[in-house]
Amino acid sequence: MTEIDIEPAETVDARGAACPGPLMDLIGAIRSAESGAVVCLLSDTEQSLTDVPEWTDEAGYELLATEERDDHYEFYVEKA
Amino acid sequence: MTERIVIVGGGTGGTVLANDLADRLGAAIDAGDVEVTLVNDDPDHVYKPVWLYVPFGQREPEDGRRRLRELVDDRIEVRIDRVTEIDTDAERLRYRDAAVPVDYDYLVLATGSTLAPETVPGLEAGGYDYYSESGAKALREELLSFTEGDLVLSVVGTPHMCPAAPLEFVFMADDWFRERGLRDEVDITYTYPIQRVHGNPHIAEWARPLMDERDISVETFFNAESVDPDGTITSMEGVDLDYDLLVSIPPHRGIDLIEKAGLGDDGWVDVDKHTLEAEAAENVYALGDTADTGVPNAGSVAHYQAGVVGQRIASEIRGRPATATYDGKTLCFIETGMDAASFVEFDYESPPSPAPPSEKLHWSKLAYNESYWLTARGLL
Repeated sequence: MTEIDIEPAETVDARGAACPGPLMDLIGAIRSAESGAVVCLLSDTEQSLTDVPEWTDEAGYELLATEERDDHYEFYVEKA
Repeated sequence: MTERIVIVGGGTGGTVLANDLADRLGAAIDAGDVEVTLVNDDPDHVYKPVWLYVPFGQREPEDGRRRLRELVDDRIEVRIDRVTEIDTDAERLRYRDAAVPVDYDYLVLATGSTLAPETVPGLEAGGYDYYSESGAKALREELLSFTEGDLVLSVVGTPHMCPAAPLEFVFMADDWFRERGLRDEVDITYTYPIQRVHGNPHIAEWARPLMDERDISVETFFNAESVDPDGTITSMEGVDLDYDLLVSIPPHRGIDLIEKAGLGDDGWVDVDKHTLEAEAAENVYALGDTADTGVPNAGSVAHYQAGVVGQRIASEIRGRPATATYDGKTLCFIETGMDAASFVEFDYESPPSPAPPSEKLHWSKLAYNESYWLTARGLL
């Protein structure tokens, strides 16, 4: 497990939610976040590994990091 | 001592549950050992699927209203009131119209979804919806006289009630304009927040070719950020769509009471998705849209979940282990035009496989809509 030096403005815990719940939770958090803020999404759905980068590419937001933890993933997304 | 069950919300889930409990616990209720109260802030029960047909001039909003008291077994106390506070530690709640708080032994939250269009600037002024009676009536005024231009159906927020309804609307609109010889004059565009046209990949995979065949334009990864009521909807992804008529599925949320009670965020109760028990409190259940299970916000879900909760509460009152569980069962008819529909059935383990659209399924849907009142009464 690595430690990363990003302090998210908000963490969205979507563990346990089925697809597309985690991506929609992330979009909802980004929607209300300030420009430049970082949102961290916690998801245990493999589908998020493709959903999240596809959406950030489409939306022009930066996926700063994807971390694999013991039982979930962390996605750090910066709102443009 | 009398066991008190309070059900908050007289929609499909709450009403079916009240009648289910009257059936299961009738003798105990008659003996005064159990009391069941169903609280709703409207004297009417509202069957929302009727609203899909209102903008096309096919149904009236009143078709979806019946007096709640007439639908519910006489052994149930129907209270037209609003719950203003829940203390799950003390197992007590307050009503708006009562001076003193009321204790409960079992609490069931079936408060459903509310619309939050104000969260997207310009959406209220610039868009129409068919997810409310007033919205469906206002949209009817526009749609019936709409003969040319850009019609945009935008799913702004998920989860939302009846996940099939946005697809149904564009399929029906396509057919409706086609039958009236106006389709060449009307461009239809459908937008969805993620990379496909429906949250469920199997339904999306089925629906997308139908949309292409029907010349319904699709914009995926489209999350409305703002609406200019002069005729432009702009997405977070930086896409502008011009429209002459915007029909939106507004963002939804639950009621504030749930978050204040510490039971979950945005008005949805965190539950065990099999037992439907609240994770943050004892003797509290949630069902229907209110229960954050990840399954669609659909009447069939509330109906099946009500049976599970009824059986569990009845078992607990009888001092027996509660064994009933919800398996994610969902049934849904999907209109694919004005005279054809598909049908899906799925659960937590088995994905949906949409049936080929047919006139028979369309009539099955309409027939069920009529017989829904038997469901509400606990008979079907």
